[in-house]
Amino acid sequence: MSQEELVILIKKKDPRSFDYLYDMYADNLFGVIHTILKNKEESEDVLQEAFVKIWNNLDAYDDNKGRFFTWILNIARNLAIDKYRSKGFNNHKKNLSTENFVDIIKGSYSLNASTDAIGIKKFIKKLKPTCIKIIDLLFFKGFTQKEASEELDIPLGTVKTRNRACINELRNMLDN
Amino acid sequence: MTPEELITSGQLELFVYGSLSPEENEEIIQMAKQHEIIREEIAAIETALYRLSTYSSPYLSARNYERIKAALNISSRSIGKTYKTHAFIGYAASILFLIGLGFVFYNYNIATENYEVVSTEKTELKNEVEKLNREKAVLNEIRETTYTRVALGGQTVAPNSSASIYWDQESHQVYVDVKNLPEPPEGKVYQVWSLQLEPALVPTSIGVLDGYVNSDIKIFKIDNVTEAQGFGITLEPEGGSETPTLTQLYTLGKV
Repeated sequence: MSQEELVILIKKKDPRSFDYLYDMYADNLFGVIHTILKNKEESEDVLQEAFVKIWNNLDAYDDNKGRFFTWILNIARNLAIDKYRSKGFNNHKKNLSTENFVDIIKGSYSLNASTDAIGIKKFIKKLKPTCIKIIDLLFFKGFTQKEASEELDIPLGTVKTRNRACINELRNMLDN
Repeated sequence: MTPEELITSGQLELFVYGSLSPEENEEIIQMAKQHEIIREEIAAIETALYRLSTYSSPYLSARNYERIKAALNISSRSIGKTYKTHAFIGYAASILFLIGLGFVFYNYNIATENYEVVSTEKTELKNEVEKLNREKAVLNEIRETTYTRVALGGQTVAPNSSASIYWDQESHQVYVDVKNLPEPPEGKVYQVWSLQLEPALVPTSIGVLDGYVNSDIKIFKIDNVTEAQGFGITLEPEGGSETPTLTQLYTLGKV
């Protein structure tokens, strides 16, 4: 099912649509949330909050304003960041950047059952460290271009193009 | 800006991240409406990010699904204002009653939720134990020294597939292990052939694996296999075929 079909189904509040929604996006959102929080139990709580928020606010989603993927990504990411900040001892966004998605993939966590863990580790290793960092900050952690340029100490104008090159690299790896 | 310029600018990636200003966002949406190539590029970026984040996800147990569904049922149920009375006592009593009811309802939901989780887990565990027992029974049997193992290697249609045949030439029983074959498409079944290789290739059907989808251990038993110099597995229309469809030969091996 495409994203567009799913959105139509969900907006009709078709009872089956929650299952589709969950099947399509639970792992993906959990990956983002867990990269931010790095704690499985807390991430599960935030995943639940995210689904409840998505489900109860479906009417607010407008496909003329952006992709559904982006909309739910933002909900999940913001809830995770709020949770992260609410823990108090780490009030600065900068601290978010200490561990990235590759550390998590490489870590001892048991990966998603549908994932060929060895294959993923192999290709992830090929991504340049600068690419890992920039994708981690912009996509997983929701940094703005300005925040990313400060964090990476590169000119603001190069953030966008460098990120584009990195995403291309990622796409090539995934396609092969 | 031309569509190509927009694509190379890197702006579409930021669009999918959700990090553009409302004006910049609007600009992309207008461009996407006009140009197929932009829509395709956005979809491709999104797919890559979707896969990356899915791969980054630790194992998510089915318990979460149950839990979230339960949470949504609770939040979608609301108690309507159906009472109308002017008496303050009436209001107070109703409110107290509703609080009490809410409390009972809340506890009830928690209890049901816990019960559901436990009973789902129990069923899952029971199925798992049953499956293991069946696997163990097969394993015990093929451990008998009278069984010969024939490794079947993947062929052109499915080079990554493989299968194993365990054949007891005394009792003429065969176990076919097809765990490493892809799930057959709808309307198709795997058919197992015993092969005579010399002096000429003569395939004989020894069985159709028609319960494939429902079998969790993916090991099938076939009786009465008296003679074979090799074995092969092909994909055939439902019910099987008289002779093997060689273009759909998945695995093959010599005894």
